[in-house]
Amino acid sequence: MKKSDIKTSDVSKSLDDRLATLDEKLETREKIEEAKKQKPKSDMSGFGAGLKLSSEFISAILVGAGIGYLIDRLVGTLPWGMIFFLLLGFAAGVVNVMRAAGKMSDPYQSGPSMPRHKKDSQHQKGQDDLYDDDED
Amino acid sequence: MANDPIHQFQLNKLIPLEIGGVDISFTNSSLFMVLTVASATIFMIWATSGRGLIPTRMQSLAEMSYEFVAGLLRDSAGSDGMRFFPMVFSLFMFVLFANLFGMIPFFFTVTSHIIITFALSMFVIGTVVVYGFYKHGFKFLGLFVPQGIPGLLMPLVVAIEIISFISRPISLSVRLFANMLAGHITLKVFAGFVATLTGAGALGIGGAILPLAMTVALTGLEFLVAFLQAYVFTVLTCMYLNDALHPNH
Repeated sequence: MKKSDIKTSDVSKSLDDRLATLDEKLETREKIEEAKKQKPKSDMSGFGAGLKLSSEFISAILVGAGIGYLIDRLVGTLPWGMIFFLLLGFAAGVVNVMRAAGKMSDPYQSGPSMPRHKKDSQHQKGQDDLYDDDED
Repeated sequence: MANDPIHQFQLNKLIPLEIGGVDISFTNSSLFMVLTVASATIFMIWATSGRGLIPTRMQSLAEMSYEFVAGLLRDSAGSDGMRFFPMVFSLFMFVLFANLFGMIPFFFTVTSHIIITFALSMFVIGTVVVYGFYKHGFKFLGLFVPQGIPGLLMPLVVAIEIISFISRPISLSVRLFANMLAGHITLKVFAGFVATLTGAGALGIGGAILPLAMTVALTGLEFLVAFLQAYVFTVLTCMYLNDALHPNH
């Protein structure tokens, strides 16, 4: 009983339908294969990625504090410029980190393609698609 | 001090020199910079001297490095970025050779001193700023003004963008320097464990296997980091040059 059921359903499905399901299967398999290929690349440089993001963040804070201090030295408003620019530096640091992690569009970028984005976002392709940030 | 992990970064004056109160002694760092430049030059000249249609091993290595850097530059800065190719290629080869020289035992790692990497990144950013103003005039400042920002927020956003721009050479230099410094210290510390543990009797020799394995693995990782950091430095250089070439988006 069951066997005949399967057979009739198979026959009743058109060739196009079966091709479509095959395509779907192949696509999911390809995605899995790609993910497998990309995984070791992101793993091996986890330390590097950490250093990179932290250097982006810290350097912006240092620059902010430095600018604030210089302005204070010139104008003589000692705590205020430093406080204000230190906070701005934190904001710039967050901007830097998000840009480096490929989670925010980079207004500077206008070249034909962005290898940094490609390289950095390999391990987070899903998120990149969600944010859809670098389609110039 | 065989176990001192910092000792390897010490500068020694090989030829003391002083002109006008400024110390310009020829140090071990200078020596290795000269060696880096000389070996990179000799490698490229020697590898390309045959100019065969069918490349030899060395020639194809040289061609590969050319294609690699040219591809990076073309991808991120477009084909008009190729006018910067000599500079970018020299930077890449210098950083790569300096990093790889550091991997040879008893050799000095030039890029583990922040003043070297900072000078390199200031050179890059200086080129970007000078060329940007030369090519685009004051339109270059449009780099700091993102589009689609409400007028009220504009001063704040521009200030943040400027801080972000100024922080670039610092993060560029700190990244290369910190990677090389941290890697070499870790390597030295683990290698030091091996020496200390083997001095502690039979049990110690058994225990020394673990840090020894770690040292071997770290050496491999360091070779990877040496290449990766040269690559990252080059990619970011290309991207910053792209800003100088096309500041309006």
